[in-house]
Amino acid sequence: MFKFAIWIIFAIVIVLLPQFFSSLLSVSILNQMAIAIVFALSYNMLLGQGGMLSFGHAVYFGLGGFMAVHALLGIEDGNYSFSVTLIPLVGGLFGLLAALFIGSFSTHKAGTVFAMISLGVGELIAASSLILVSFFGGEAGVSGDRTYGPTFFGYDFAQDLQVYYLAAAWMFIATLAMYLFTQTPAGRMANAVRDNPERAEFIGYSARRVRLISFVMAGFFAGIAGGLFAVNYEILTEQNLNAVTSGNVLLMAYIGGLGFFIGPMVGAVVLTLVNSVLSHYTTLWMLYLGIMFVLTVMFLPSGLTGFLMMHRTPWHLGKIRLLIKPYIVTAIPGAVFALSLVAMVEMAHTSEAEFVFLGASFNSSGPMSWGVLVAIALASFIALRRSLPQLREAWAQANAIETGDQP
Amino acid sequence: MSLLQLQGLSKQFGDTKIIRDVNLEIQPGEKHAIIGPNGAGKSTLFHLISGRYHVSSGSILFKGSPIHNRSPFEITRLGLARSFQVTNIFPLLSVFENVRCALLWSMGYRYSFWHLLGKARALNTRTEELLEEIGLHARRNLPAGELAYAEQRALELGIAIASGAEMILLDEPVAGMSHTEATNAVALIRKVTAGKTLIMVEHDMNIVFDLADRISVLVYGEIIASDVPSKIRGNPRVQEAYLGEVVPGGSDA
Amino acid sequence: MFEVMIFATLNGLVTGLLLFMLASGLTLIFSMMGVLNFAHASFYMLGAYFAYSISLYLGFWPALIVAPVLVGVLGGLIERYGLRRVHKSGHVAELIFTFGLAFLIEEAVQFFWGRATKDYRSPDILDFPLFTLFGQNFPAYKAFMIFISIAIFIALYFVLTRTRIGIIIQAAITHPHTVANLGHNVPLIFMAVFGVGTGLAGLAGVIAGPVLTTFPGMAMVLGSIVFVIVVIGGLGSLAGALVASLLIGLLQSYAIASDLGMPDLLNWLGVSFERDHPLNDIWRLTLPQIAPILPYLLLVLVLIFRPSGLFGKRES
Repeated sequence: MFKFAIWIIFAIVIVLLPQFFSSLLSVSILNQMAIAIVFALSYNMLLGQGGMLSFGHAVYFGLGGFMAVHALLGIEDGNYSFSVTLIPLVGGLFGLLAALFIGSFSTHKAGTVFAMISLGVGELIAASSLILVSFFGGEAGVSGDRTYGPTFFGYDFAQDLQVYYLAAAWMFIATLAMYLFTQTPAGRMANAVRDNPERAEFIGYSARRVRLISFVMAGFFAGIAGGLFAVNYEILTEQNLNAVTSGNVLLMAYIGGLGFFIGPMVGAVVLTLVNSVLSHYTTLWMLYLGIMFVLTVMFLPSGLTGFLMMHRTPWHLGKIRLLIKPYIVTAIPGAVFALSLVAMVEMAHTSEAEFVFLGASFNSSGPMSWGVLVAIALASFIALRRSLPQLREAWAQANAIETGDQP
Repeated sequence: MSLLQLQGLSKQFGDTKIIRDVNLEIQPGEKHAIIGPNGAGKSTLFHLISGRYHVSSGSILFKGSPIHNRSPFEITRLGLARSFQVTNIFPLLSVFENVRCALLWSMGYRYSFWHLLGKARALNTRTEELLEEIGLHARRNLPAGELAYAEQRALELGIAIASGAEMILLDEPVAGMSHTEATNAVALIRKVTAGKTLIMVEHDMNIVFDLADRISVLVYGEIIASDVPSKIRGNPRVQEAYLGEVVPGGSDA
Repeated sequence: MFEVMIFATLNGLVTGLLLFMLASGLTLIFSMMGVLNFAHASFYMLGAYFAYSISLYLGFWPALIVAPVLVGVLGGLIERYGLRRVHKSGHVAELIFTFGLAFLIEEAVQFFWGRATKDYRSPDILDFPLFTLFGQNFPAYKAFMIFISIAIFIALYFVLTRTRIGIIIQAAITHPHTVANLGHNVPLIFMAVFGVGTGLAGLAGVIAGPVLTTFPGMAMVLGSIVFVIVVIGGLGSLAGALVASLLIGLLQSYAIASDLGMPDLLNWLGVSFERDHPLNDIWRLTLPQIAPILPYLLLVLVLIFRPSGLFGKRES
């Protein structure tokens, strides 16, 4: 019942979102998020749930997307006629076929071998896409137009907002389907094979077949995401199936948290937001993204969701308030330290004489401004280091089960 | 007819012969123990029967049909299940999920992605029963990797018997347990393997002589004796092989 | 045809040996630590950039020594303070960490040196044709590259087979779990192997930078090919890495040099297709066109028919 309520709330939220974020820019960001969520969730069917680290998941996203654009072109040419609302399904089915073919030889093993095959196949298809011009359109890619074909209850999807509702509906269906998959025998055995492929064989399951099923499902949903991309942007290029896109989806899933169903959704939302906001303010946003990623792997191996979920025990023990003050005491110098580093990076990179950062103005080549920033960085770093013991102590206290407390 | 037949079974790694020309027949319902000094090839023999290793020569017949060199999952589906000497469970899954996964194939779910586990009433009831049987019901929601050692062994056994296999291979089921834990484990093994065919490798001779109807002695990859416990105890070749070690069952004979 | 073959062979040898300089370090690191260093080619790129900056002040020859050492030290530090921390979360986390590192290094290189290609040149002293054959020049610098690569392998071979540390590393390759039990300071050896491996990659960057151009994408270009090599050769096999490096170097070089293509094959088979056939792109492919994808094609084939690689024994 509780779970059912969550899905209802989720549906209401995605229907209402454009009411609060109605500008053209926000709707376009919402569309990106919907696509990213489906893509990241499909990726986690491999890595988080199936233990298969893929460096080439964009292949299924891209192939699905290209097929979807060709379907749009077919509708435009009058070769066949169906609603644009079904385009993502075309992408999904093509992604499924591609995954079935490639998975038939790549799912023998998980681990490093699988990772390397996914990388090789990814590079192979990305490189081939530049050669096979009639399907992939070479460097320029292939573009279509989503407004042809029969209208859907009067909607022709000329506006981004209409596309949002299309994308959101598909996102909801795909998310629900992927969640339900985790609750099926095949989905649960994917976890079992991830944990211990050998033992899975001794309870009657072929580890390879279990992996293949997850792989094909992941290809299907990645293809749906690609189809949504095709509808939203009406163009696909080599970029959409190359290593950069594959890397991006890994980033989203990992930063969000692999161990939780909702993790990749969090990652997709946060990274889409961070990307569009950061890229607005600085040209160095990719550098910050890289730093953020490496720090996440080092310090938050279970991602943002994992970090939040760590607080379940203190929450249940009713001791979450013990953490509030220590968090603030650590967060303030932490934020100052990070900002002072960012300021130095930006100042080193700027070509202007006057460098303005958060309202403060610096002479970008003056030793004074460097001195000030270095001093702030050092001071905040020391404060940060000093604040850590009390945070650790508070954490231990908040998680401690007092004797006699135990049921 | 024998349930399991090993005929001229041999296994070598490189030039090293681990199993040499082993012939053995196990009757339905038999409780058979395989004993022998360390390095005799007991675990290798289990790996051959259960399909983890391929045989070098010879054949293995289960219910009259050959199973050697088949995949572990095919052999398991035929009704031959096993446990492992080193605990081999699904560490991140809950205890409940461990047992439920082990039940899936035998209850006909195969690779289904159109059944919801939560709605599979018979499956879940059976899982609860099994958890009750192996004494882990209170621990059902804990990740299996966080169980205590003896509990993990119980789960290991539970996973092995879940499929309802006719024949069960147990590789040192009580190794590393305290005396009390071992006593409980033996009672558990007796309970859950009632009416089934059992082959076990075990070092604790008290347990072997307690549980087994028949004992085979494996030394340097060869079966030097295979008989009822009372005859094994008096067999001079067995005593010779165990020279320097405790004569099997000698202390409480 | 003959002169084309000779030059293709020489160029293939240069590429192959260069690839092996990367692949050998990658293999050593994988054998010791079980982690495939995704950022390996990024250290190669750093080598080229460091050498470029150093050569501006001190010239090429000091850079040849200093840059690889700097890269190696950086690699060692990253192992000590980054990778080791991630180690406890398992191999997948380690692989993802090095993946993030590759991403980060590429961005950092763009931050420090900019996006444009750097004018990193071979030293003037080597800027002459070594010999001329059938009217074609073979630059002395390429001979120098071959010389350096071979010298490094001899040194590496000597270290691995004749020194104590080499024997320990060899033991770790074949029996990864026992080395720690023998009481060796494994963390220190890990750091050293990682440092030396990345240093070798740096050296490859120093000598390849002037020929293959020094730009922020150079790691991406070579990186995935190096992975292909270690997988084709068999993960953890040095001999396999050598064979696969030369194989790929020569294969690509021959493919680029040849002027054969599908049309020739079709002519030879006596088959013809209309111009607007849907698969027209495929019927018109030429070998130079598909040269960049040959390594990946080979990878997929090897993995289908021999999943553990040409010389592989251990699986991940």
